[in-house]
Amino acid sequence: MELKQLISQKLQTSFPEAELEFSEFRNEFNVKFNKKFVNPICKFLKEDSELEFLLCEDVTAVDWAKRKNRFTVVYHIFSLKLNLRIALKADVDETDCVIDTVSSVWKTSNWQERETYDMYGIKFKNHPDLRRIYMPEEFEYYPLRKDFPLLGIPGSLPLPKK
Amino acid sequence: MGLEAKLNSDGFLVTQLDAVVAWARKNSVYPMPMGISCCAIEMMASADPKYDIARFGSEVMRFTPRQCDLMIVAGTVTYKMSHVVRKIYDQMPDPKWVIAMGACTSTGGMYRSYSVVQGIDQFLPVDVYLAGCPPRPDNLLNALIQIQNKIGRTRARDFQNLKLPELNVIQNN
Repeated sequence: MELKQLISQKLQTSFPEAELEFSEFRNEFNVKFNKKFVNPICKFLKEDSELEFLLCEDVTAVDWAKRKNRFTVVYHIFSLKLNLRIALKADVDETDCVIDTVSSVWKTSNWQERETYDMYGIKFKNHPDLRRIYMPEEFEYYPLRKDFPLLGIPGSLPLPKK
Repeated sequence: MGLEAKLNSDGFLVTQLDAVVAWARKNSVYPMPMGISCCAIEMMASADPKYDIARFGSEVMRFTPRQCDLMIVAGTVTYKMSHVVRKIYDQMPDPKWVIAMGACTSTGGMYRSYSVVQGIDQFLPVDVYLAGCPPRPDNLLNALIQIQNKIGRTRARDFQNLKLPELNVIQNN
């Protein structure tokens, strides 16, 4: 059986209520689901003996600006056993800008989620240490959002006195 | 036969004290290598035997600001880094000079972005701006010569002791 079919079948049987959507783009397999299920799905993909997605390569987000669900959180994960890389996606709306952390599943995602929080303002529930990672802690904006100006907001970052 | 010619023939040189001090000062400029990104590689190259910054008396790159009088800011200065640069500059003893090396340091360069200071002259007094991305080592040497000319024109009375409250020093945050 083809790997992608195997994954979709396993997920469908384990999480029938997760609003799963499968798609493929340029040989990369995408799985979209409801954000409530992010933690159990990730845990399942990591711990299933036939899949073993042990490596979380990246956590990031997409800002769609005017779409109803404004953000999509994207996880790129890799299975050394299958030599397969897939992307997991979950929509997050601006009014309820929270998603569960997966840092309990992959420890790497601790800092990756902090980066996503720093740049997009998406909060990761139950994250052990959710602070800004690049920008100064007193910074009030989220630089990679589409409504943030390229040159920044004057005076928002302090400079030393001349 | 004038007095000067007599002194010269006896092995003496008559000049102004200011000129001697400025001459000594300009030929032993100690740079503070504030290497932040790729410009620093060219700065290092200017110290190698091919370009040889030692020809201009500046081969002593001190890695402590307290022994330097020229800061070469070589690289992209982000807002986060700007406080560090300023603090190091404040630790250098007067008189001191600054070269803004490269496009990023002078104007922000290709980083037209929220995180990069668009020119270090927003928080430092810059003496020489150096074009290039990164500038070649001979270009840096040219900037050094410009600084030397500037130092050569100084007089002792240009550097008066300031009283402590007048010193522009940031205390430990």
